[in-house]
Amino acid sequence: MGVDKETIKQKTKTFVAENYILTSNDAISDDDSFLETGIIDSTGVLELVAFLETTFDMKVENEELTTENLDSINKVVDFVCVKTAAKVEAVAAKGDA
Amino acid sequence: MTPVAQLSTDALRIDAAQETERIAASIRDIVFTQLRRKGAVVGVSGGIDSSVVAYLCVRALGKDRVQALFTPEADSSPDSLRLGRAVADDLGIKSALEDIAPLLEGAGCYRRRDEAVRMVAPEFGPGYKFKIALPSAGGDSDYAIFSLVVQSPDGQTKTVRLSPPAYLGIVAATNFKQRARKMIEYYYADLLQYAVAGTPNRLEYDQGFFVKNGDGSADFKPIAHLYKTQVYQLAEYLGVPEEIRRRPPTTDTYSLEQSQEEFYFTLPLDKMDLALYAKEKGIAPEAAAPALGVPADKVEKVYRAIDMKRRVAKYLHAAPILSA
Repeated sequence: MGVDKETIKQKTKTFVAENYILTSNDAISDDDSFLETGIIDSTGVLELVAFLETTFDMKVENEELTTENLDSINKVVDFVCVKTAAKVEAVAAKGDA
Repeated sequence: MTPVAQLSTDALRIDAAQETERIAASIRDIVFTQLRRKGAVVGVSGGIDSSVVAYLCVRALGKDRVQALFTPEADSSPDSLRLGRAVADDLGIKSALEDIAPLLEGAGCYRRRDEAVRMVAPEFGPGYKFKIALPSAGGDSDYAIFSLVVQSPDGQTKTVRLSPPAYLGIVAATNFKQRARKMIEYYYADLLQYAVAGTPNRLEYDQGFFVKNGDGSADFKPIAHLYKTQVYQLAEYLGVPEEIRRRPPTTDTYSLEQSQEEFYFTLPLDKMDLALYAKEKGIAPEAAAPALGVPADKVEKVYRAIDMKRRVAKYLHAAPILSA
């Protein structure tokens, strides 16, 4: 069974807040671009990807390292939902085979 | 909007003779008048930037007031020392060879670095070579995510994405090299009452391609305002040996040869110069794209990457901040 969207969002926001929101001046909305606000740089994206892979048991491929997938809280949440749902479907299909 | 026809390397053409005299006068003023030092120490790596700085210092201060230093270590190319010596011989300046490998060994530079490499490549050991590399800006990734390229003793290579601890561990350990070099430069500066010349060009200075308190540290930086292509123009004018002028810039840092584009810049250096220039001049991505040789959407990524590196560079440039 996949992780629900709200849990994904809370875990992601907690990770970002603990690692990159260092002062109240750094506060961002769920749609703010990490790159444009300067909150997360390329090294930070590596750390974010490592967090997602460990926390949600998923693999982020090199071609998935895009701003479309990773550049805001909401984009990360949507990306993780797609990846984890795909994984659930794959497991289910394997079980049916 | 600046017409595309104007965005070419011609935009970066300078009067080499005039610029040489201007920089030489500036060096004299900085070293003798402002700093009250008797000459300049130049770490000569065999690369184009340090070579041009050495020639400029001799033009400014006279050959008897310039000390060249060669600081090879275990991963240095033998060409670096050979070419560095060629510069010193051509200029007739005093030089000193300081092999920093034992110093680095004692500080655990190589051990710490290899431990970090083994986090993602456990097989890495004696006989193996490696480097870290970025994708080019023409590729699909929006981010500058480093990969490790490992070559086994039998020549097989593999590429693996670096984990954060491995990447940070490799960079932190490797940074010992530049800091060790700077320590030696300041030893000679203290001994001779000289000033230490830094050798970054504009691209490196602007984009933070240096180690904080390593090669980023100096008493003066005479070519930090020059684009790389302009450094080459001065090199030709000053008579820097042709082999140095033709040599592709490398980081000379890893056991596998690594270009500066692979490590930091993601575009060929002449294109990065143009990209920086275009961004400074407010040239729109679609107008800059043809000269840069990448699509307009990739130019936007390059511009964003320039801004991102400037943010990182703020920390690298920052002097100590006082609480008072």
